[in-house]
Parts: sequence; C-alpha cells; structure tokens
Amino acid sequence: MNWDMDYAIDIFPDILEAFVKYTLWVTFLSSILAAVVGLLFAIIRFLHVPVLSQVITGFVEFVRSTPIPVQLFFLFYVFPDYGILVGATTIGVLCLGLHYACYYAEVYRAGIEAVPKGQWEAATALSLPQRYTWQHIVLPQAVRIILPSLGNYVISMFKETPFLFVISVPEMVFVAKELGAQSFDYVEPLTIAGLIFLAASYPAAVALRRLEKHLGHA
Amino acid sequence: MSDYNLDPWLDDFASGLWVTIYFTLISAALALVIAFVLGLLARLKHIVPRTFARIIIELFRGTSLLVQLFWFTFAFPPLFGIVWDEPTIPAIIAFSLNFGAYGAEVVRGAINAVPTPQWEAGVALSLTPYQRMRRVILPQAVPLMIPPFNNLLIQLLKSTPLIYLVFVTDFLTVGELYRRAEGHYVFLYVAELVVYFLLAYAFTLVLRALEARAKARLGRPESRRKIFSFRGPTPEEELPEEEKALA
Amino acid sequence: MATPDTTTRHATHGGAVHGQPLIRFDNVVKRFGDLTVLDKLSFEVNAGERVTLIGPSGSGKTTILRLLMTLEDLTGGYIWVGDQPLWHMRKGDKLVPANQKHLRDVRKQIGMVFQHFNLFPNMTVMGNLIEAPIRVLGKSKEEASEKGRELLERVGLEEKADAHPTQLSGGQQQRVAIARALAMEPRVLLLDEVTSALDPELIAGVLGVLRDIADTTDITMLIVTHEMGFARDVSHKVMMFDHGQIVEQGPPDKIFSEPENDRTKAFLHAILDER
Repeated sequence: MNWDMDYAIDIFPDILEAFVKYTLWVTFLSSILAAVVGLLFAIIRFLHVPVLSQVITGFVEFVRSTPIPVQLFFLFYVFPDYGILVGATTIGVLCLGLHYACYYAEVYRAGIEAVPKGQWEAATALSLPQRYTWQHIVLPQAVRIILPSLGNYVISMFKETPFLFVISVPEMVFVAKELGAQSFDYVEPLTIAGLIFLAASYPAAVALRRLEKHLGHA
Repeated sequence: MSDYNLDPWLDDFASGLWVTIYFTLISAALALVIAFVLGLLARLKHIVPRTFARIIIELFRGTSLLVQLFWFTFAFPPLFGIVWDEPTIPAIIAFSLNFGAYGAEVVRGAINAVPTPQWEAGVALSLTPYQRMRRVILPQAVPLMIPPFNNLLIQLLKSTPLIYLVFVTDFLTVGELYRRAEGHYVFLYVAELVVYFLLAYAFTLVLRALEARAKARLGRPESRRKIFSFRGPTPEEELPEEEKALA
Repeated sequence: MATPDTTTRHATHGGAVHGQPLIRFDNVVKRFGDLTVLDKLSFEVNAGERVTLIGPSGSGKTTILRLLMTLEDLTGGYIWVGDQPLWHMRKGDKLVPANQKHLRDVRKQIGMVFQHFNLFPNMTVMGNLIEAPIRVLGKSKEEASEKGRELLERVGLEEKADAHPTQLSGGQQQRVAIARALAMEPRVLLLDEVTSALDPELIAGVLGVLRDIADTTDITMLIVTHEMGFARDVSHKVMMFDHGQIVEQGPPDKIFSEPENDRTKAFLHAILDER
C-alpha cells in the first residue's frame, strides 16, 4: 500500500473547496428548486387541472425513469440553440432540480394521502371550514410524514451531484479526477473525495433516522 | 431520415444497447447476492459479522457511485498492484457493491417486516433458526423486497451512463460518438431517453410479474391491472411501504 | 437439586392416572424492564393433568405459557420439564444456563397453539402439518403425510389438505393449528386463548376438537381461556392468577361455584356477568 500523506495533505484544500463551492452549493440550490417545483406539480395534479395534470403526470413518470446524464446532455446542448447561454453549473442545478421535483411531487402526494380520511371526516362533522382543516389539521400531519422523505431525497441528491461531471462542472469528483490525472496518482484524491462524502452523508443519514423515529412517536 | 445518417450507426447502437443491458443485469445479479449476504450478516447476533456488514453497507451507501467507480478503476490497481483486463470489471464491482449495500437494507427491512407471530410459530414447532429463516420467514419476506428491488434496478439502469466515463462502450458512449460525427443532438438525446424509459418499463413489468407470483404463493393474488400500471422509481433511501407502516 | 414430588392424583376425566410432575415452576421470576410480571412463582402440573389458568389481563398467565415455549427469556428461577431443567442444563453438580441445543431438545416436548393461529401462509395446510415433523423429528415425507392426514381427520378437515390457509375460516385455521402442534407428538400442549380471535359461531367447533383430544389422549394441557364452560368440562385444576401470583387453585367445580378468595370472586363475577 503506497499512501502519500504529503500529497494528500497538499491536495486536500482543493478538493474540499470544490466540495463546498460546488457539491454543497448545487445540492442546496437544487433542493430548493425541487421542493418548490415539486409542490407546484403536486398542486396541479391534486386540483386535477384538465390536460395540464395529465401532461405533468406523464412528464414526472418519464423524467424519474430516465438517466440524469442523458438529461444533462440534452439541456446542455439544446439550451444554446434557444439562445439560453448559461454555465454548466446552472444547467446542472436546473436538471437536478427538475429531476428531483418529480420525486418530490410524489412525496407530497403520498404524504397528503397518508393522513387518514377519518381526519377530514371528523373536521367536517365539526363544521370546520376547508381552509382551516388544511392548515391546522391535515398539513401538520402530512408534514410529519413528508419531512423524513424530503430529508432522504436531499441526501440522495447530494450523492448524485457527481453526475454533473459529464458536463464538466468542477465539482469535487471532477477536481479529484483532474488532480489524479495530472499527478498520475489517483489514489489519494479519490480516497479523500470518498471520505469527504462519507463524512458528510453518514452523520446526515443518522440524524435523519433519529428524526424519523422522533416524528414517528410524536 | 437520411439526413441523420443512421444506417452505418445502427449496429453500433445495438451493440452499445446490449452492453448497457448486459452490464445492468450482471451488476444487478451480483448486487442481489451481495444484498442477501450483507443483509443476513447484519442481522446476526454476533458482533463481528454484524459490524463488518454494517461498515461495508454504510461505506458504500455513504460514498457516491461515481467516486466508487473511479476508485475501483483508477485507484485500486496502483494500490494493489494489479491491472484490470477490461474496464467493465471494476465498473461491475463498483455498481454491485453500491447497489448491494442499498439492497442489504431492503433485505433486512423486509425480514423485519414479517410478523413476529410467524417467528413464534416456528419456535413453537422446534424449527432451528436456519429452518425458520429458509422455510418460513424468507418466503414471506421476498414479496416485500421486490418493489424496492425494482426501484434499485431502475436506479442502476439510470446510472449506467456513468460507465462512459471509464471507457466502457455502452449505449450512451455510442450516442456521443454519433453526436460528434454527425452533429445531431436533440433527436439523439430524446431517442436515448425513450430507449432508457422503455428498458425501465420492461424491467418493471418483469419484476411486477415476479412479485405477483410470489404473492400468489402466499395466497394474496394481485390484479392484472396493477402489474401493468407504471410508476417510476424513488431514490434508494426510501423504506418499503410495509416497513413504513410497521415502523 | 431437588427431587421431584411423587404425589399421585386420580383424575375424573379421560381415565388417566396422573404421575410425576411434568412441569414445575420453581421460584420463577419474569421481568419486562422495570415491570415484574412473575415474582417467585412456584407450581406443579402432573403428567396427564389439564390445568386452566384464569385471571385478568396482565396477571401473567400468558407469560407463563410463553416462558415454557421459550418465547420469552427467564429472568430468574427454574422451570422443569420432566426431570430436565428447561432454561438450564446440568454441568456436574451445578445448573448453568442452557445452550441452544439443550433448549431445543427439552422444548421439543412442548407444543403451542396461538390465539392468531399463525399458520405459515407460504405452505398448504398439509405443508404446515408436515414441515416440522420432517425437519425436526426426521420423519419421511410419507410418514409425516400419513400422520398429517390422520390428524386432519381428527379435527374434521381431511378434505382441506391441499387448501391454502387463507382459504379457510378462522375456526378451520385454528383446527389446523391444533393438528400442526399435535403432529410433533408433544407431551404438553399449551393453549393460549385459542378461541379469543374467533367469531362466536366458530368457537364451538374448535372447543369440540379440544374436548375430543382431552377425552382420547393423555396429553398434558395448560389452557389460558375465557371459555369457562370448556374449562369446567376439561380441567382437573383451575388456577386463578392475579399480579403474577396464584391466589387460588382447585378443581373447577369448587373454583367456579364456591370461590373463596375475594379477587377470584370479583374476576368470575365480571367474566360470567358478560355472558
């Protein structure tokens, strides 16, 4: 086993920087985009808006089942044709955000449906107005169900940011590979990248499981 | 269509598609084996195998697939002084371990979801733990595992384009060569998306049929409609429905 | 090591003569976390005896069955089955905690029927009956199937041999469960509220099967039930439990007609009034 500690220490800051500037940042932006757009999708489907909700359903199922790299390439090459000149990172954020919006739409739907019908019926029996029922009875319970899933998806998205490699976004894995190529020594950079991922995702996963347990008993 | 100059490329696309399919199936098969091994090890009372399994599971779930792919392709050889005969080998290893780790959680969860009274009936009949697991628990756990496995299989399929980055000539690779040579991309990528979608749907159909058969053995037959309906996958972190209900 | 008692009692049911204690609880303690369910409980059941355990929920009667069936761990004390300890084994002069093999060996003499039947849904009725005899008793498939058919006849379900558990009513499933337990030829049969999960019209069928077994075999039975009529007909002894202790025991006629203890009276009053 040949581990070059000096080299490792030398490149660590570069890799960490790429991690923070790109991996984390992209995850953050994409999650917000996904949460918002996903909600939009969910609402349209819930309201059964004619035509639009069917289109969205088809879109959601299609996007969820097809590879992110292909979707990235598609946006990357098609956008300039329509005069949209944005950087690879922006495309990455948009693509991941849209892709995960499709998952989020499903989570919202499942969360709302998971609130027992009896809750609605009890509210009606007490003559509570619709808006109030939504706000104070159904949504709080739905949120409790949805929250762990949302957390899971954020972690999942975080682990899929390396897909952005294919359009040359300088996120952590890209940088690690570049460093490896330059020095002909891939071992340290890739191992460091892996460890950083682990250091970030494992505590997050543990925390999420605790949150799930806590919400389950609340 | 002549504008697209597809004719000379059809063979290559077919062969690329075949690589994608065969890679998916082999990785999935290996991942399944790894999932059961790790999943069952993780349930043992003895702390050594349990911790070992835990470490492998968390390691491969917590680091990203691409990192693992690159690591096995580029870092493993110099570290252990070997050379891979073909780029597919480290790729298959990375994919199997990654999805095997996620699969292990599915296996574990499904076994836990089999109702406790079934274990107790096994104890009451003096079956050994091995007999209980093989003859009573696993047959009931397997139908619970199939929907999450379906998910994972489609996730696997969706991740195969990454092997383009480690010099495996899969479907996407051929597409890129085509794009560089012929210059068309809109048609190309849309077609690629459709092909992957159809593959995903085909896999889902097969797995739903398997699930229906497994459930029928338990006396819970599924309707035909449910088998053919399509619902896309969710990311690996999701628990199977039954486990959520019992959690 | 204490020598077993040699009290003999004459039965009024089934004509069996009772011999040595088959089951002995010796200062048994069972705790669930902070909750002590059984506190130094001691009692005996002789071979061939039929004993009904009654009492309010939480009194520990189901726990006693579950300890015998090794579904719960023993916190303290000893349980004897025949002349062997169940949770312990002999090492020279001393008793040490039993290993898995010893546990399994001793436990083979005990069978249990559960409240919710717990038939294996991945096998047919016959499959359920022959699984353990083949795997554990080492019988051949023919032998086990032969015995299985006999037992199905006894419980009145011979035509259901190839049926699937989900195709049977609750009462039928429970009868299969009884046959399944008997297929292992146990010396002791534990019955844990076996009719409590059944629709009223199905209860009689199951009780009929149990009465038949009580009349025609020597098998020792420990019964937890609310069916007082059945308990009266079949039992030699009734034990009233409360808070993990036996507050009163005696023949069914005595306990049901002239209970002495206040808690017994209160319990019977509540139970019998419902009906």
